[in-house]
Amino acid sequence: MSIYFDNAATTVCGETAAQAVYTAMKEVYGNPSSVHRLGQKAAVVLDRARSDTAKVLNCEAKEVYFTSGGTEADNWAIRSAARTGALKGKKHIISSKFEHHAVLHTLNALEKEGFEVTLLDVYSDGLVRVDDLADAVREDTALVTIMYANNEIGTVQPVAEIGALCRLKGVIFHTDAVQAVGHIPVDVKRDNVDMLSLSAHKFHGPKGVGALYVRQRTPLNIFIEGGAQERGKRGGTENVPGVSGLAAALTEANERLEENAAKTIAIRERLVNALLEIPKSRYNGDPTKRLPGIINFCFEGIEGESLLLKLDAAGICASSGSACTSGSLDPSHVLLAIGLSHEVAHGSLRLSFNERNSVEEADFIIKTLPTIIEKLRSMSPVWEKIQKGGK
Amino acid sequence: MAYSDTVMDHFENPRNVGKIEDADGIGEVGNARCGDIMKMYLKIDNDVVTDVKFNTFGCGAAIATSSMATELIKGKTIEEVLTLTNKAVVEALDGLPPVKIHCSVLAEEAVKSALVDYYKRSGRQMPKALQDFKIDEDAHDS
Repeated sequence: MSIYFDNAATTVCGETAAQAVYTAMKEVYGNPSSVHRLGQKAAVVLDRARSDTAKVLNCEAKEVYFTSGGTEADNWAIRSAARTGALKGKKHIISSKFEHHAVLHTLNALEKEGFEVTLLDVYSDGLVRVDDLADAVREDTALVTIMYANNEIGTVQPVAEIGALCRLKGVIFHTDAVQAVGHIPVDVKRDNVDMLSLSAHKFHGPKGVGALYVRQRTPLNIFIEGGAQERGKRGGTENVPGVSGLAAALTEANERLEENAAKTIAIRERLVNALLEIPKSRYNGDPTKRLPGIINFCFEGIEGESLLLKLDAAGICASSGSACTSGSLDPSHVLLAIGLSHEVAHGSLRLSFNERNSVEEADFIIKTLPTIIEKLRSMSPVWEKIQKGGK
Repeated sequence: MAYSDTVMDHFENPRNVGKIEDADGIGEVGNARCGDIMKMYLKIDNDVVTDVKFNTFGCGAAIATSSMATELIKGKTIEEVLTLTNKAVVEALDGLPPVKIHCSVLAEEAVKSALVDYYKRSGRQMPKALQDFKIDEDAHDS
């Protein structure tokens, strides 16, 4: 038996998306750049995928650039905006302390190249403040990049307000919307977004494919030389199977957005209410300004990895934070950013789920988790101290 | 990062978990900030470790190395226990992922710090090997 509650790491590919991938591989296998009928058939499939994606984001098809995933889209957007800014003498970038490493590491690299980066504080509710952003924007600010929803704790940022402020100040606004797209309504016009990253495998699409939305007239650098693909900005034969799967999954997710969210929120609230009953547990992030399907808890006196191993042995797949950082010994930078101590942050558990999960599965977790926590606490010298009131 | 079957066995079924109320020596090493703390309790009779128990806060490897260390020293003379190295713990566990080697260092230090405590309590002359013993504060950086 296996219960999968790690959907923020990746999701199972949906039936419709898998079919679209298969068809593109076996039937419409032509190169979209070829003149012959098979090539042109592939070009039609590619165009369709682009316009379907654009429809969901509420933008034009020509504003959608397909990529190898969210990380590439983040790298491309940030580097491009940085270079554009530098040409005008603007070498300041604003972001937040709890971005995904795809953003933070790109910013680190730019710092070494002479850019100045301001990382906004994240408050204990897991949200950035628009007022803080207003204070941080300068004459030489080239870019603001703030994630739509956090991948570890699930809080949804005030993106529309951030976008409105950036538009007013004339600063390019990029948002890493990898965890949001396909789960909550994302509208680049309503949100005043200039650039947005998304990734197919977070909403039942295939892995290795994503997209970058770039608003018309926002400068975009060439990312890969070598061809006219993606409006000459990203050379290389298009991943037609991948983008077909992306568009199919996204369209399906969008059609059922409300229905899926309602089902997912029911699971979330059931889990949250039960896990709050566990002594010395902590629900991280604002309880309402959040995605339907990501919750993050800390349990004092235990360590996250041993908790995950025990859950896995019980048939439950979960995570202690971002899958990208497992193997690292440091606690999550996200939990430290919202003000948790190292001690508490070590005992974190992220459960991420969606409409394909069931209330029965949630109940199994609710039944299993407290016993495991109790067992780990019974052998923990830290818990012993907490019990004695020494901590 | 994958654990060996032996590590998983010692994690799933840790040996000698618990406390000894009338322990002759207690050692606690590590810190919660770094994510692992080991507490080792020894019962010593005639220079032989007659009983040992541990409590550990930490990852799978921290629990497994604590468990293995207790197995390796139980019933041994102090002289034998002093030769315990973190390498021996790693080998007995059929290896550890490189980022988890520091857990085995902690296990060795927990045993030695419990022995230091035993000598301090009993007022006996500390063996040379323990006089030089210092907890490696940098274990987490290695």
